[in-house]
Amino acid sequence: MRWHPILAIVLRQFYLMRGSPARLFPLVMWVAVDILLWGFITKFLATVAEPGFNFVSTLLGAVLLWDFFGRVMLGVTTAFFEDVWSRNFLNVFATPLRISEYVAGLVLTSILSSSLALAVMIALASAVFGLSIFAYGALLAPFLLVLFLSGIALGIFGAAVVLRLGPAAEWLIWPVPALLSPFVGVFYPLATLPAWMQIIAHALAPSYVFEGMRAIIAGEAFPATHLLWSTGLAAIYILLAAFFFARVYRHAVRTGLLARYSAETVS
Amino acid sequence: MRALDAKQFFLESPMVSPVLSVRALRKRFGDKLAVDGVSFEVCPNEIVGLLGPNGAGKTTIINMILGVLEPTAGAIRIEGRDVATQRAQALACTNFAAVYASLPGNLTVYQNLRFFALIYDVRDGAARIEALLDQFDLRAFRDVKCGLLSSGEQTRAALAKAMLNRPHLLLLDEPTASLDPSKAREIRALLRELARRHRVGVLWTSHNMIEVQEVCDRVLFLSRGAILLEGDPRTLPREHGKSSLEDLFVSVAREPLRIEAG
Repeated sequence: MRWHPILAIVLRQFYLMRGSPARLFPLVMWVAVDILLWGFITKFLATVAEPGFNFVSTLLGAVLLWDFFGRVMLGVTTAFFEDVWSRNFLNVFATPLRISEYVAGLVLTSILSSSLALAVMIALASAVFGLSIFAYGALLAPFLLVLFLSGIALGIFGAAVVLRLGPAAEWLIWPVPALLSPFVGVFYPLATLPAWMQIIAHALAPSYVFEGMRAIIAGEAFPATHLLWSTGLAAIYILLAAFFFARVYRHAVRTGLLARYSAETVS
Repeated sequence: MRALDAKQFFLESPMVSPVLSVRALRKRFGDKLAVDGVSFEVCPNEIVGLLGPNGAGKTTIINMILGVLEPTAGAIRIEGRDVATQRAQALACTNFAAVYASLPGNLTVYQNLRFFALIYDVRDGAARIEALLDQFDLRAFRDVKCGLLSSGEQTRAALAKAMLNRPHLLLLDEPTASLDPSKAREIRALLRELARRHRVGVLWTSHNMIEVQEVCDRVLFLSRGAILLEGDPRTLPREHGKSSLEDLFVSVAREPLRIEAG
C-alpha cells in the first residue's frame, strides 16, 4: 500500500470540511446536542431515583460510547458517499488507486473525524455534567478499540451495500446504528432482552462493551474472556466487511456498474 | 485477419512497442455483445481516433482500458503491462478526460488537482499543478469550485487533471465537446503538441469529423462493437467513395454492412 493515495482521500475530506463548515455539524454539533440532552436526562433521573446509582457514568457514558461508535461508522460511509454524491467513481477508480488504499483512506478519515467527535463529547460531558471517563479505568482503551473496529466494519459494509444497490441505498445506511442499539443494550443489561434478542446481542461485539461498562460502574468484575471475545468478533467483522466490499467492487467492475454509477438505483 | 488469442498476440508482437495493445477484446452484457473481438494498437506519438455512432462501443472500450469494466474476453496491455493483472502499474502511466466524468464540483480546481496528484503519486505535485494551471489557462480559476465553472472551463480542468501524471497513454472521450470553436482549436493544438513532445499515445473519440481529420493520425471506425474500417482520416473517405469523413461516418452509421462489403 502506498501512502500518498491514502492521504489523498483524507485530504479531500479536509478540503470539503474547510470549504463547507456545515459538514462539521455531524461531527461536533449533533454529538454535542446528544450529550446535552442525555446529560440533562441523567441529571433529572438522579433527582428522582434512589441514591447510590451513578446515572452519569452509566447513561451518559453509554451515550458517549454509542455516539463514538456511530461517528466511526458514519466517518467511513460519509467519506465514501462524497464519491457517490459527486459522481466521482470513474475519476477515482480509473487511476492506479488500489481498492485497499481507497478503503484505508476511508478508515483513516474516520479515525480523524471520530477522534474529533470523541474529544468534543468528552470535553462537554466532563465540563457540564462531571462525567469522568477514567471511571471505566484501564478498560476504556479496549472498549473504545472494540467500538472503533465494529464501527469501521459496519462503515465498510454500508459502503459496499450502497456500491452494490446504488445511491438511493444510502437511506438504508443512515439508521443502521439506531437499528442496532436495542440489541446491544446501550442503556440496559442484556438480561432485559427476550431470549431471541439476546442471541443476536451476543453476536454483536458492542454488546460486551456496554455490559462491561455497567459491570465496572457497579464495582463488579468484567471477565477478560468477554473482552477477548468481543475484540475477536470485531476483528472478524472487519475481515468479513473488507471481503464483502472487495467482492462487491469486483462485481461492479465485471458488470459495468462502476462505470455507469450515477443512476438513483442500479441493478 | 487471423484470430489470435491474447497470449499468442503478446508473444508474437513485433519489435515496435505500442503504448496500448488491445487484442481480441469482447464485452457481453447479458445477451448483448457490446464489443466484439476488437484488436488495435496505439503507438507513442500517435493520435488514434475511435469513431462510431452512439452505442457502437467506444466508451465501453475506453472503460475496459481504464480498468473500470472487466472484459468478457481478450487482453489489454499498457506499455506491456496487462491491465487485468497489473492494473495499478498500467494505470500509473495512463490518464483520461471524458465529457461525462467532470471533476467533483465541491472542490476547487487546485484542490481537485492536488487530490489527483496524490492519487497518481506525482512527485513534484505542487509545481506540476502550477504549470498545468497556466498551460490550460486556469490560473484565474485556481481557487474556484469546479461546480461553478462553465462547461468549457470544467473541460479544461479535466484535461489538466488528465496531464497531471505525464501519461504515456491518454484516453480522451469527446474532449472538446463543450468548448467554443476558438478554445477547442487551442486545446487541440495544445494536446497535439503535448503528444508529439512527450511521445504520448492518444486514443481520441469525437463526433466532430473536422476535428478528427485535423488531429488524428489514424482512425478506427466502430460499428456494433466491431472495427469496420481503419486508416488515415485524410485518405479513408476517398478509398470508400465518399467525399468527406463525415459522409463516411454517416454511411458507417446507417449501412455498416455495405461499407464492409465494399
